[in-house]
Amino acid sequence: MIRSDVIKSLLPVIRDEFVVCNIGLPSQELHMMDDQPTNFYMLGTMGLSSSIGLGLALAQKQKIISIDGDGSVLTNFGTLPTIANNVADNFILLIIDNGSYGSTGDQPTYAGKKTSLTAVAKACGCENVVECQAEEAVDVMTAALASNKMTIIVCKCESGNIPVPVITKDPVTIRDRFMDALAAANG
Amino acid sequence: MDVNDRIVADLVKNKVELVTTVPCKQLAGVIDKIEDSKDIYHIPSNKEDEGMGICAGAIMGGKRSAIIMQNTAIGVTINTLATLIQYYRMPLPMLISYRGELGEPVACQVEMAVHTKALLAQMNIPTYHFHKESDIEEFDKILQYTFMCNKPVAILTDATFWKGY
Ligand SMILES: [Mg+2]
Repeated sequence: MIRSDVIKSLLPVIRDEFVVCNIGLPSQELHMMDDQPTNFYMLGTMGLSSSIGLGLALAQKQKIISIDGDGSVLTNFGTLPTIANNVADNFILLIIDNGSYGSTGDQPTYAGKKTSLTAVAKACGCENVVECQAEEAVDVMTAALASNKMTIIVCKCESGNIPVPVITKDPVTIRDRFMDALAAANG
Repeated sequence: MDVNDRIVADLVKNKVELVTTVPCKQLAGVIDKIEDSKDIYHIPSNKEDEGMGICAGAIMGGKRSAIIMQNTAIGVTINTLATLIQYYRMPLPMLISYRGELGEPVACQVEMAVHTKALLAQMNIPTYHFHKESDIEEFDKILQYTFMCNKPVAILTDATFWKGY
């Protein structure tokens, strides 16, 4: 399974949740497969999906899932200690770890070599860190949502991409409909 | 009122509920007061672009946020300011220690000081420069302005404002 297969398999589980999605192909894939106001697509700013998700989770009560990548977590490594030390039990960080910078042409990342993001997250102090294979993503995400505990999921999958159109929605539209849906859910 | 207490009081008055900080010696006092405030959630960041991501999330979650950082961070955050804060039109007060100005003992700080205002101007970021202690009188209005216009706004605070290095 490649990243787009993982995202596709997760759609029934994450469809009713608020999702912050990583820049590039992950956002384009989610947008193509299941666009809805509860998705916040990052159109730029590599690395900040986990930080935006943490800020969202700390600010309000709804569950927030950040979909991130191994390359983006490596870009913003300082995020893991911040997450570990500011526990938000409504926050799930899903790192889809395909061992490559997928959006830029599958250049290998260090996460696909000697560096274990699971071990790094644990060393940073994150308490619920689950590493799984792509085929297990749905079960692991379902359990994380049910646990009501901040969870870091490192989902290993193969590298590779499918053709997807870019997102042409205006950023303010993306932000505005996401905020409206979130405010409505919070009552 | 002490200037640090005044900053925190104005943030609270303007309903800022989450503040992220990356330390600077000049900002030590205000960061302590932020940490002590029961009205503000203080979340230290490891890097300023990370901090802006957290602020963006808080804003979308319905809580006003602010970042406190050193002017060297302008070099770190240009991309995040352009592609996140400005592109998605988010308000973000940035209280910035303006190192490398009069009274600066560390020569290297001048190297970013000479670029600070030019970079902010290039980014079309409204910029205020606090030099005298009484300049704090404008802070409340600058915060109101920031949340009115949904832009990042810079408040540069130099060594003279902080009464020395
Ligand atoms: Mg990757």
